[in-house]
Amino acid sequence: MAAAEVARQGEGCRTVPLSGHVGFDSLPDQLVNKSVNHGFCFNILCVGETGLGKSTLMDTLFNTKFEGDPASHSQPGVQLKSNTYDLQESNVNLKLTIVSTVGFGDQINKEDSYKPIVEFIDAQFEAYLQEELKIRRVLHNYHDTRIHACLYFIAPTGHSLKSLDLVTMKKLDSKVNIIPIIAKSDAISKSELTKFKIKITSELVSNGVQIYQFPTDDESVAEINGTMNAHLPFAVIGSTEELKIGNKMMKARQYPWGTVQVENEAHCDFVKLREMLIRVNMEDLREQTHTRHYELYRRCKLEEMGFKDTDPDSKPFSLQETYEAKRNEFLGELQKKEEAMRQMFVQRVKEKEAELKEAEKELHEKFDRLKKLHQDEKKKLEDKKKSLDDEVNAFKQRKTAAELLQSQAQQAGGSQTLKRDKERKNFF
Amino acid sequence: MSELVPEPRQKPVVPMKPVGINANLLGYIGIDTIIEQMRKKTMKTGFDFNIMVVGQSGLGKSTLVNTLFKSQVSRKSSGWNREEKIPKTVEIKAIGHVIEEGGVKMKLTVIDTPGFGDQINNENCWEPIEKYINEQYEKFLKEEVNIARKKRIPDTRVHCCLYFISPTGHSLRPLDLEFMKHLSKVVNIIPVIAKADTMTLEEKTEFKQRVRKELEVNGIEFYPQKEFDEDLEDKTENDKIRQESMPFAVVGSDKEYQVNGKRVLGRKTPWGIIEVENLTHCEFALLRDFVIRTHLQDLKEVTHNIHYETYRAKRLNDNGGLPPMTVETEENHESNL
Repeated sequence: MAAAEVARQGEGCRTVPLSGHVGFDSLPDQLVNKSVNHGFCFNILCVGETGLGKSTLMDTLFNTKFEGDPASHSQPGVQLKSNTYDLQESNVNLKLTIVSTVGFGDQINKEDSYKPIVEFIDAQFEAYLQEELKIRRVLHNYHDTRIHACLYFIAPTGHSLKSLDLVTMKKLDSKVNIIPIIAKSDAISKSELTKFKIKITSELVSNGVQIYQFPTDDESVAEINGTMNAHLPFAVIGSTEELKIGNKMMKARQYPWGTVQVENEAHCDFVKLREMLIRVNMEDLREQTHTRHYELYRRCKLEEMGFKDTDPDSKPFSLQETYEAKRNEFLGELQKKEEAMRQMFVQRVKEKEAELKEAEKELHEKFDRLKKLHQDEKKKLEDKKKSLDDEVNAFKQRKTAAELLQSQAQQAGGSQTLKRDKERKNFF
Repeated sequence: MSELVPEPRQKPVVPMKPVGINANLLGYIGIDTIIEQMRKKTMKTGFDFNIMVVGQSGLGKSTLVNTLFKSQVSRKSSGWNREEKIPKTVEIKAIGHVIEEGGVKMKLTVIDTPGFGDQINNENCWEPIEKYINEQYEKFLKEEVNIARKKRIPDTRVHCCLYFISPTGHSLRPLDLEFMKHLSKVVNIIPVIAKADTMTLEEKTEFKQRVRKELEVNGIEFYPQKEFDEDLEDKTENDKIRQESMPFAVVGSDKEYQVNGKRVLGRKTPWGIIEVENLTHCEFALLRDFVIRTHLQDLKEVTHNIHYETYRAKRLNDNGGLPPMTVETEENHESNL
């Protein structure tokens, strides 16, 4: 059977009126119920110098005492400590992960302080990217560890941002939603606070640091988000101690000159922070992380690996094609390298062989020479021996001859002597 | 507590076992407002839903879809005139409409398959349909694999396929079995007994039982599939639907009549008016509630999380794996060299 024809009426779909109640207005409820059954994830990163009250603020925000001992100032480098908690409120299960920097700002040389933080954030994105690129993946059950919000704690100096703060925030602003807050703001008076906030905002703007802006496109929250945007950075105070004020128990800090109430909007911006972070924009923070920061990371990572999008009308699945091309290229390079190595090896072998041959030849020559020498020597010796033998023979001959002569002479002499003796005898 | 010491090539953080805190909550935090936040966001973005209707012509497919969504979303074919040729192949016609109710905007696409089962030789007439479904998955996959992705990938995948069974009263036809066998693996199939006003109550129950038996014997898993039940609650609810109500015996109509002082959708016959939304007359209301009011989101999720993922895994396996997994082995090779 030939291929089917698809007749699709394009994107300009008409709106059709309904003549009765269909019931799909329960769709958002269905979606929400499914998400509730699934549970939510929220990950907060707290960046700030040691002793600025990060852990206390987290405790205050979530109305509970998270575990942990305060860190010391003598850390050798910046580390990140991560804790996960399961919080439950009515029917909502929230998996809250709080990551804190330990030892930030304590070193003498703070040039590399931002690096562990950036690496941590990238590692979370990388984990998600790896999961997304798997063949068999379980994305809907994936425990999302990407950082949704970064609370940057600014020390309450009252002057301006420290250079460490500027550098770190600049590095983080494209990777995570930054919400700057002024910590321990009970150390600053009201007038100083306004000046401080203005100074901070202008410094951030002049350095091009993009902090998280609360979204103003949805009418219901546009107004409140708009006003809150003007109050950034929030000046907060954290406290888990409860004191009796009036006839209610409230979270507060007691000083000899008065009591600072955490949830009093005139005293600090804690309530605003809680509203914005949790009650109004939690979902938006998650969405921004996924659609903006994660997509940016993914795009950069994939481009770094050498993949490009081809035009829409070229072959499908361009990633695969690029991969094949890269693979072939790589294999070609491998082969070339192998060839080069082999050539070098062969050459070396040849050289060595020549050397060895040379040496062998030399040895042979030496051997020949020595042999010749030996033969010469032998011959000489033999000659000498021969001559010696000759001499000996000659000597023997002479000896025998001499002996013979002597014996002859003796005989003759003997006979002569005999004769003489006879004559002597006869004489007598 | 987990301490993360940053190294040059850092492994991703392994989330440690979470500490459950419930009893320590001293006051209201406001976490449950996330439900409202999520709801507002989804209402703003709107929903997509793509429903496919498959069945021989004359079984009342278009009428049923119009009745389901209470609007003229599907154009009824008035049969083939002498001038029009009967299509030699199965055509796929997808028409999109935007409907709105209670502030919720839905882009509904009805995919019609005229010509299915109408030829004399119906061999492989499910192939164009299977091809179409896979093409939609392919389109989505292509968008997902892009480097610069769209914020919201347009979803044209078929979320639900209503298969119309002819009310013969005997059993399923071989064509029905073949179609459902092939397609229950790629899409959510909801079998529906069309024109159920031709059967009496007893005939209906018997027919349904026989159909269920045959589907089970042939290993056809229609929606809701047993293996995708997430928890006990889902399982009991879905079991009840699977074993008692499905396949729904429906009657469709877009004409209104006056019954007992109310205006109802129905079919007028000499022997009475069949009320479409009356549960004692037919199971249309059950089908509507099932598909739209309770399981619409689930249909979309099963399509996305299971059918699409299966297609994707198969597609990537055939091509030898997706880049970063094997690029890492390449990196290892390089370092070894």
